[in-house]
Amino acid sequence: MTSLLSGDFPRSRLLTAMLVAIFVALALAPFVFPGTRPLDVAAKVCVFVLLVASYDLLLGYTGIVSFAHTMFFGIGGYGIAIALSRFEVGWSAIALGSAAAVALSLLVSFLIGLFSLRVKAIFFAMITLAVASFFAILASQLSGVTGGEDGITFKVPELLRPAYRLLEDPLLGVTIGGRFVTYYLVFGASLLLFLALLRVVNSPFGRVLLAIRENDFRAEALGYRTVIYRTIANCLGAVVATLAGVLYALWLRYTGPNTTLDFGIMIDILLMVVIGGMGTMYGAVIGATIFVVAQNYLQDAMKAFSGAMKDVPLLPDLFHPDRWLLWLGVLFVLSVYYFPHGIVGQLRARLRR
Amino acid sequence: MKAIEGQRVDWIPPALMLAIMLGALAMIGNPSTWVTLTVAGLAMGLLIFIMSSGLTLVFGLMDVMNFAHGLFIAVGAYVAASVMRLFSASVASESFLVNLGAVVPALLAAMLVAGVLGLAFERVIIRPVYGQHLKQILITTGGMIVAEQLIHVFWGPDLLPLPRPTTLRGSFLIGDMAIEKFRLIAVVVGLVVFAAMIVILNRTKTGLLIRAGVENKEMVEAMGYRIRRLFIAVFVAGSALAGLGGALWGMYQESVTVHIGANMMVLIFIVIIIGGLGSIGGCFTGALLVGLVANYVGFLSPKIALGSNILLMVMVLLWRPQGLYPVAKQ
Repeated sequence: MTSLLSGDFPRSRLLTAMLVAIFVALALAPFVFPGTRPLDVAAKVCVFVLLVASYDLLLGYTGIVSFAHTMFFGIGGYGIAIALSRFEVGWSAIALGSAAAVALSLLVSFLIGLFSLRVKAIFFAMITLAVASFFAILASQLSGVTGGEDGITFKVPELLRPAYRLLEDPLLGVTIGGRFVTYYLVFGASLLLFLALLRVVNSPFGRVLLAIRENDFRAEALGYRTVIYRTIANCLGAVVATLAGVLYALWLRYTGPNTTLDFGIMIDILLMVVIGGMGTMYGAVIGATIFVVAQNYLQDAMKAFSGAMKDVPLLPDLFHPDRWLLWLGVLFVLSVYYFPHGIVGQLRARLRR
Repeated sequence: MKAIEGQRVDWIPPALMLAIMLGALAMIGNPSTWVTLTVAGLAMGLLIFIMSSGLTLVFGLMDVMNFAHGLFIAVGAYVAASVMRLFSASVASESFLVNLGAVVPALLAAMLVAGVLGLAFERVIIRPVYGQHLKQILITTGGMIVAEQLIHVFWGPDLLPLPRPTTLRGSFLIGDMAIEKFRLIAVVVGLVVFAAMIVILNRTKTGLLIRAGVENKEMVEAMGYRIRRLFIAVFVAGSALAGLGGALWGMYQESVTVHIGANMMVLIFIVIIIGGLGSIGGCFTGALLVGLVANYVGFLSPKIALGSNILLMVMVLLWRPQGLYPVAKQ
């Protein structure tokens, strides 16, 4: 267990319980929550845990704010979508698309990093925002390659198709088919990559990143080339985000601007990292789970509440189902002020008291 | 241009701009098209300048980068749309003066509301996180999320029409040159704002203090001036200008959505990076450059028009990594 978690334990009983509960729920999702929508939610949680964890490597561990994370997410999705729609559908096309996407992400993140990580955090944030919006426009304009606003719907290898049946009879009342296999592919890959990220942040390299976050002058004075470390962290985050994009596209069998490149998703990622807890990989798990579940189920609750408050002025508007982001935004601002380490930080602080 | 910073003028960037204009004339070939494009570019550049000047000054003065600046643009546009709806009779009138009777209150209301909002925003959102860049970026982004949602609550989620007054539609025809009337208005307003800013920064004591504050904050404080008050004044003025720019931009597009601010933010960031963070002269030159290049490239080869701003930014930064007019920081 120690080597699996790289010696970085949750360090709070309640947090451990929550993490175990999330892990078990995700691991058994096809059995425990049958149906299309719950499984969609579970797969999205897996992908976003990975995506948010890779963003946390930048924001929480290295202290740099990037607005280009969805760009890398999108590169992964488009890479596999273009490969599977252009070439013969099969595993080699998936491998080719993923490899090309990872290579492109590496190149772009390396260039951005080298170009703008020498200077202040603010400068990097502005440059990444500009580049990401440029990429989003590019994707919607080059409709010959990317399908424009419509995106690309593509076929997946037969093993992953919904109609495919691995076993003739249902197991424990669950059809063991293409969706089942795809879900466990997404789950397994996310879990592996998450553990790899946990390994990275607890390695000597990760400690240097923390040192840079806390005091980059001192880190530089101790002989660490901060630009190089920041750039490597940036590339690493980009590659993992790309792979998350590949997984998400495989699950949806679709890639488009709205599922990957939208600036709203970047905002979602920020919310998940900060609410879950910056600088803690487990924060990514908690934040992504809470957010995705809220995204899918909070609206129902708000609809009920808004309906009940019909006669009060303004309140129904404030609690309109479409305004759920308002409340998460308020939570976000409060977290940055009062709980800079988010939910995970709060749980750990309680332990210390 | 550099006179604003009170030092010797660096004429290379303006000369570069002239060179680009002449080069474009040679490439386009048709003088009347060129005039149309140049006026359009100047109008767009001046509008961007109005919106971004406050942001760059705020950064220069207090090292604060407000990622929610687009919010003031959006609010300005929404307020203008509401006011114009109130005055819908004078909007539809055929007389220019009566039209102005609707436009001027709309612009003033946009500035007022954006300014008041800026005051509140500075107090609630920005004041607690001075000197912490990471938190500034996060908290202002968070403030923008909440504010965008509140705009939805008050104005509804749908696209809001912002009709242009009758006499401001269409274009003047001089020979075979077509110049859109509204663009001329934008040029005039932009130049007035720029002139007023130069006068305030160069000829008043407040302006002197602002310029001094950008170069060395501690020294100004040591002289006994309260730089905080100065900063709040600049922040509010910058927000009001963003509201004005948003109102004009909304009228230009004839509709308002909540994304108007966020969309402009990208251009604004490019402009203040090109100009040099904190430099008002650089912001002016950068805004005009971006406006002109966007219009020329959009005409010459529409395919790469979208990337032209990024390309421009990369080239400027390769030439002068700190922007066109680097601000000397102590």
